Amino acid sequence: MELIPPNTRIDFIGKRKITVWISAAAILLSLASIFLHGGLRYGVDFAGGLLIQPKFSKAMDISEVRNAMEAIGLKDANVQNFGGENEFLIRIEKTSEDLEGMSKKIQTSLQERFKDKALEIRRVEIVGPKIGKDLKTKALWALGLSFLAILIYVAWRFKTVAYGLGGIVALFHDVMVTYGAISLFQLEYSLPLLAVILTIIGFSINDTIVIFDRVRENVKKMRKENLETIFNISINETLGRTILTSGTVMMVVLILFFFGGPVIHDFTTAFIVGLVSGTYSTVYIASPIVLFWERHITGRRKKR
Amino acid sequence: MLRGLKWRLILYAAISVFAILLLLPTLTSQLPQWYNKVIPTEKIHLGLDLQGGMHLILEVEAEKAVESYVERIKNDLRDDLKEKRIPVGKLEREKTNQIILEISGEKEKWEKLLSQRYSIMQELSSSPLEKGIWKVVLVLDSRQADQTKKHAIDQALETIRNRIDQFGVAEPEITLQGTERILIQLPGIKDPQRAINLIGRTALLEFKLVDEEGDLDAALKGNVPEGDIILYQRVVDPQTGGVRKVPFLLKEKTMMTGEVLKDARVALDSQFHEPYVALEFDDIGAKLFEQITGANVKKRLAIILDDNVYSAPVIQERIPGGRAQITGRFDTKEASDLAIVLRAGALPAPVKIIEERTVGPSLGQDSIRQGIISTLISAALVALFMVFYYRASGVIADAALTLNIILTLATLALFRATLTLPGIAGLVLSVGMAVDANILVHERIKEELRWGKTIRAAIDQGYHRAFVTIIDSNLTTLIAGVFLYQFGTGPVRGFAVTLCIGIMANIFTAVYITRWMFDFLTLRLNVKRLSI
Repeated sequence: MELIPPNTRIDFIGKRKITVWISAAAILLSLASIFLHGGLRYGVDFAGGLLIQPKFSKAMDISEVRNAMEAIGLKDANVQNFGGENEFLIRIEKTSEDLEGMSKKIQTSLQERFKDKALEIRRVEIVGPKIGKDLKTKALWALGLSFLAILIYVAWRFKTVAYGLGGIVALFHDVMVTYGAISLFQLEYSLPLLAVILTIIGFSINDTIVIFDRVRENVKKMRKENLETIFNISINETLGRTILTSGTVMMVVLILFFFGGPVIHDFTTAFIVGLVSGTYSTVYIASPIVLFWERHITGRRKKR
Repeated sequence: MLRGLKWRLILYAAISVFAILLLLPTLTSQLPQWYNKVIPTEKIHLGLDLQGGMHLILEVEAEKAVESYVERIKNDLRDDLKEKRIPVGKLEREKTNQIILEISGEKEKWEKLLSQRYSIMQELSSSPLEKGIWKVVLVLDSRQADQTKKHAIDQALETIRNRIDQFGVAEPEITLQGTERILIQLPGIKDPQRAINLIGRTALLEFKLVDEEGDLDAALKGNVPEGDIILYQRVVDPQTGGVRKVPFLLKEKTMMTGEVLKDARVALDSQFHEPYVALEFDDIGAKLFEQITGANVKKRLAIILDDNVYSAPVIQERIPGGRAQITGRFDTKEASDLAIVLRAGALPAPVKIIEERTVGPSLGQDSIRQGIISTLISAALVALFMVFYYRASGVIADAALTLNIILTLATLALFRATLTLPGIAGLVLSVGMAVDANILVHERIKEELRWGKTIRAAIDQGYHRAFVTIIDSNLTTLIAGVFLYQFGTGPVRGFAVTLCIGIMANIFTAVYITRWMFDFLTLRLNVKRLSI
């Protein structure tokens, strides 16, 4: 079975002048969103604070829960629906007070106030300020070191600056766009979402390497063609594989998105964005950069 | 690699069987006793987010242990100075580890006392004030301070372990994290609030004498006599439920602490059938108690828990035999928890909860259910797709995929790694990525066939060319996974673990297992045309 006929020759690389603008727009949109929202919506992991997930046996209006919070003096508690009509997420960002005591107060008052609705506390998360800050630092280290490690690896594998640079810029683009989506959809940025970013980094460079490998092989075989053509041929040749792989991983993530339950919902949403970006960036960010570098920078050397 | 078909089959079969054996405990609980001794495995360990339970991180305020140590020294010093009739004015603890005193009299006399019996406190400075009064600042020897802190943390760990033991939780995990933090994991706990109360209380039991002569009212206005403190008793009005705070003027010196308790039990008052806690002291405690009561007949002895006065009964006579009671309008649960905490001992320093993550059992079960459904659906869809696209070769890939999942889960069981909800997502992801390796190989083989190579040559080239790319691409995700493991905690670590293991299992099955199957088909069964 052939998804892509063997001699397909779609001109991907030719379109790169247009797509540069699309990429630039995406990155700008991401930055704008983050800036306008005043940073990311940090989860309890990073920001510290208190999170309680109560579930009632009957459907409840969200205002009832908000009133209950106000009644115990927690007017600025953030209350949201979660999962279903009778399950909520109560989030309090103060970190300097006695969070344990607050948790107890909330649970007892909810229990008393809604005695007839069989309250069940599904989840409690309390993170003190020190731990939150710790985690944020660790997250930055994880991101930074991964980038570095991958840069070193790609440089070693491909032995030329061009390829390494292409890969890294593509990664950068993917990370930016994913964070942009996290900000745009106001997803809760917590540890699992960091996991998504790191996985996408791995996946994106994965994708890039497959195509670069093919380019290298073809460069050896097709000495007469110019680099642009070789890139196009390589991408076309690997197109089947790219679509299939991205397709299956996407399919799997979509299943998680629909059936995995509300707890990992934000996780899967971010992943979908990162996946699309990762595939796109290989063709329209990494490759153009290599071409640009080879032509304008290495090319100049050849002229002399 | 091993060329022979037979040898490879034996090796791979052995690995597969071993993997399945490792997984049996997870699938069924009906295994004979000797099973665990032969196959080193248990049921797959589920994370708290899947089985429900509580995860706590406590910070031991070890500084306070140093503070109380210095307090005790200060009180001892006051007694000694009085005994030696050395006049002293101000005598206070300042900061965590310093004592300041204004002392007069013969300098040699008190210097001798300090150096002989209080060498642990080093003289930081001594400056003369007026009229022969000296101001002396003492500081606790830093090594002693460090030791006190370390001891406090070790003791806190022990005490908390004791308390949790008495609470009765299956498979609790209590470990030291870093130097000052304690990690507690209580899977399957039904009443997290009660556990928090039990673990978090300092539960310092103290006996102090009431200062009968002092003026309580004057003290309340701010004029606390030297060597006294004010502590309060919480009185709940049974009718209205209102809480009153009754002040007591007490002599600061602690006559006795809960250290000398041998036992504490809940008992019922014969008159009102109200629960109280009956204390029994050990030999030292009994003798001490006898001494104190003997020396202070008709005075009141306050029983204090965590700086709250519980009661202050009058000592009617000297009490030998080492028994006492704590009363105070408890319900049975409160009394029982108090007894637990007294038996296990007081925490040497207060602990602060800096992180709590509690997942109720129903959420855990929901998560498990959703995780399993997702995994099954994904695996099924991927398998169907492979067959649809690659036909018979797709079946080969599917077999490898199944083995992949089994190997991943078996490795988790073998290393007692924890499976969490993000971990299940990681498993599902690695299934998606596993397809990639298979696709790389198959596409390559197709290409070689298209270029006219023979079946054997196509397979050879296909694997050869694809191998390098497979390693390259999976390696990068592996790198990311390793960093994630290092810097992540809890459920996210579970994700990193299953992703990494999944990828490695994937490389193994995609490259070696499928290769064997292709070889088997073409060499043994002499298949001439590849259905791919």
